[in-house]
Amino acid sequence: MVPLSYYLVLGGFLFACGVAGFLIKRNIITIFMSIELMLNGVNLSFVAFAAHWHALAGQVFVFFVMVVAAAESAVGLAIIIAVYRTRETLNVDQINLLKL
Amino acid sequence: MTSSLNLWLIPVLPLAGAAINGFLGKKSSRTAVTTIQLAFSGASFAWALYVAARFSSVALPYQEYLAHWIRSGPFTADFAFYLDQLTLIMLLVVTGVGFLIHIYAIGYMWEEEGFYRFFAYLNLFMFFMLMLILSNSYLGMFIGWEGVGLASYLLIGFWFTKDSAASAGKKAFIVTRIGDCGFLIALFLLIQHFGSLNFTQVFDRVHPYAAETGGAGFLTAIALLLMLGACGKSAQIPLYVWLPDAMEGPTPVSALIHAATMVTAGVYMVSRSHLIFERSPMALTVVAVIGTLTAFFASTIGIAQTDIKKVLAYSTVSQLGYMFMACGVGAFSAGIFHLMTHAFFKGLLFLAAGSVIHGIGGEQDMRKMGGLRSYIPVTFGTMGIATLAISGIPPFAGFWSKDEILWKAFSSGPAGRVYWLIGLITAFITSFYMFRLIFMTFFSDYRGGHVDEDGQGSHGHDAHGHGEPHESPMVMLVPLMILAFLATVGGLVGIGDRFEHFLAPVFGSGEVAAAAGEAASRGTEFLLMGISITVAILGLVLAYVLYISKPYLPQKIADGLNGFYTAVLNKYYVDEIYARLFVKPLVEGSTRILWHGVDQKVIDNTVNDAADGARKVSDEVRHMQSGNLRSYASWIAAASAVMIAYMIWVGVGR
Repeated sequence: MVPLSYYLVLGGFLFACGVAGFLIKRNIITIFMSIELMLNGVNLSFVAFAAHWHALAGQVFVFFVMVVAAAESAVGLAIIIAVYRTRETLNVDQINLLKL
Repeated sequence: MTSSLNLWLIPVLPLAGAAINGFLGKKSSRTAVTTIQLAFSGASFAWALYVAARFSSVALPYQEYLAHWIRSGPFTADFAFYLDQLTLIMLLVVTGVGFLIHIYAIGYMWEEEGFYRFFAYLNLFMFFMLMLILSNSYLGMFIGWEGVGLASYLLIGFWFTKDSAASAGKKAFIVTRIGDCGFLIALFLLIQHFGSLNFTQVFDRVHPYAAETGGAGFLTAIALLLMLGACGKSAQIPLYVWLPDAMEGPTPVSALIHAATMVTAGVYMVSRSHLIFERSPMALTVVAVIGTLTAFFASTIGIAQTDIKKVLAYSTVSQLGYMFMACGVGAFSAGIFHLMTHAFFKGLLFLAAGSVIHGIGGEQDMRKMGGLRSYIPVTFGTMGIATLAISGIPPFAGFWSKDEILWKAFSSGPAGRVYWLIGLITAFITSFYMFRLIFMTFFSDYRGGHVDEDGQGSHGHDAHGHGEPHESPMVMLVPLMILAFLATVGGLVGIGDRFEHFLAPVFGSGEVAAAAGEAASRGTEFLLMGISITVAILGLVLAYVLYISKPYLPQKIADGLNGFYTAVLNKYYVDEIYARLFVKPLVEGSTRILWHGVDQKVIDNTVNDAADGARKVSDEVRHMQSGNLRSYASWIAAASAVMIAYMIWVGVGR
C-alpha cells in the first residue's frame, strides 16, 4: 500500500507546478493548462484522502471539480478565441484591459 | 375652579403676527403689514384687559397648563402659565405700552426699507416678553429671557449695514450673556436643592428655610447669581455698558425694549424671587448697593451727554438703579410701582425724543437743536410732562413711585439712610439733566439747519437739507398723548399704599405690616417728600440758570473742572477700561491661542495631514491595479501562501 503522504506530496508538487506556470507563462493557453494542473493536484489529494478515510465525499467532490473544469475550459477556450480574433495575440502582458 | 382664562392667547397672538409678517411681509404692502401687526398686538392687549376684568373672579395664583415639555425623573417642566397680581401689572404694562409703541412705530418707520422686518421682530419681542412674564416656572422665564435678548439683538442691529449698529447689537447680546450665565447657574442650583423650577414648588420648599443671617449659604448663592442675571438684563453695574450703545436701534425699539419693558425684566425677576432674596440679607444688601451706585453713577454720566437718546439711556440705567434699590431694601412693591410709572414716562420720553429726531431729519445731537417748542408743540408738551414725571415733581407719576422708594429706603435702617441720601442726590441730578435736555432741545433758538436765519445760536453746522422742523404725523402723536396722560395720573394709584396692598398677596404680609407701622411716622414721610420736591425743583432751577439765563456758564464750569468733566464726558472711561481689561485679552488670546494655535495648528493641520496621508497612501496603492493579469495572479498567490502559512501555524500550535 502506497502511503498517503506520497499522494499528497505529488498533489502538492502538481499544484506548485500549476502556480509556477500560471505566474511565469505569458501565453493564455499555457496559463489555462496551468490552472488545469492546479485543479488536478487538488483532485489527487481529494481522492487520496477519500481512499485513506474510506469516505466517498472526496470522490464525489472530484467529479464536481471535473465537471466544473470541463465547463470552464469550454467557456475559457471560447473567450481565448474571441480575444485572439480581436487582439491577434495571446500574450497576457499585452492584454491589460483589467485596469481602470 | 373657574373657567379658563386662556392666558396662552396673550403671548401666542404676537407670535402669530410675527410669523405672518416675517414670512409673508416682504411681498405684501405696508398697509397689510401694519394691519397685521396692529391686529395681533392689539388683540393681545385686548385679551390682557379681558384678563384684568375677570381678575377678581379667579382664584389666585391662577395657573394654566398647556402642554408638558420635559419629564425627566422627578423633574418636570411644562408649558404652563401663572397669573397673580404681579403678573397682571407686568402684563398690562407690557401689552399696553407695547401696543402704543406699535402704533407709534408705524409713523416712525414708514419710510424704512425693512418695514415688515421691523414689525416681525417687534411682535416677536412681545411674544418672548410675555412668555417671560406669564410663565409658571423659572425655565419658561429663562426662555423668554433669552428670547427678548435675541429680539433686542435683532432690533438694535436693525440697520445692520451701519457698522456701529451691528456692533452695538453684538455688544448688547454678549454683555447680557454674562449675566445669563449667572442666571443659568442659579437655575441649576435651584434644581439641585429643590428639584424643581416651578414657582409654586420652589417657593413652597424655600419657605421653611430661615434667613441666612449667620453667613452665606446656598440661598445667598442662588440670590446673588440671580442678581447677576438681573444686572445683565437690567443694565446695572458692572454690566450696564450695553444699554447706552443699544440706542443705535430705531427709537421705538429704545422706547419699548430698552426703557419700558425688557430692561425691567431683571426687576421683575428679583421681585418674583423675593422669597429667596428675603432669606439672604447679604444678597439684599448687594442688590441695594448695586442699585444705589448705579442710580448715582449713571445719572452723573447723563449730565454731560449731548446725544438726546444717550441722555435718556443713562437716565434709564439710573432709574433701574432706583428699582433695584427698592428691591434691595425689601420694598418690592415700590420697585414694581416705579417700574410701572417708569414704563409710562420713559417710554414717553423716548417716543417724544423720536418725534424730535423725526421732526428735524434724523439729528440726535442736542447742540444742534434748540427752540423747537414753537415748531413741534405737541411733542414739547408731552415731553415736558414726562420730564416733570421723571424729575419727581407732583402730581406726576414719577414723584409717587420715586418718593415711595426713597421713603422705604430711609425707613429701612441705618444703611437705608445712606441709600436715601444718594438717591436724593441722584434725584437732584436727574431733575437737572432732564431739564437740561428740555432747555437745550426746546428753548432758546434753533441751532440746527438753514431755518435758523437770525444766527443767534448757530454754531456753524451745515444744514442737512431737511428744511424746517416739522411736527410728526398724528399716528405718532396720539400714543404720545395717551402716554402723557398715563405719566400724569399713573402715580395716583399709589396714594394711600393702594398699590402696595394690591401686591401684598404676592410679596407677603411683612410689607403690609411695615406699611401699617409707617402710619405712625407720617410726619417724617411728609418731611422727606418735601425735601425731595425741593431737590427736584432745585435741579430745575439750576438747569434754567445754566442753560437759559446764563448760557455761557456751563462751558466755564466745564473748563474749571477740566479733568473731571472730561472723565464724565467720556463716561468715566468704563468702556475703555472694559476694552483693556476684558475685550483685548480675550481677542488677543483668541487670536493667538485659539485661532493661530488651536484652530490653525491643531484642527486645520490634523485635517490637512489626514488628507495628505490618504493621498500619499493611495498614490502608492493605486499602482497595484496595473491591469497586468500576472501581477494580479502574484498577489492572489502571495495572499494564499500567507493564509496557508497562517493556518498551518495555527494548526501546529494546537
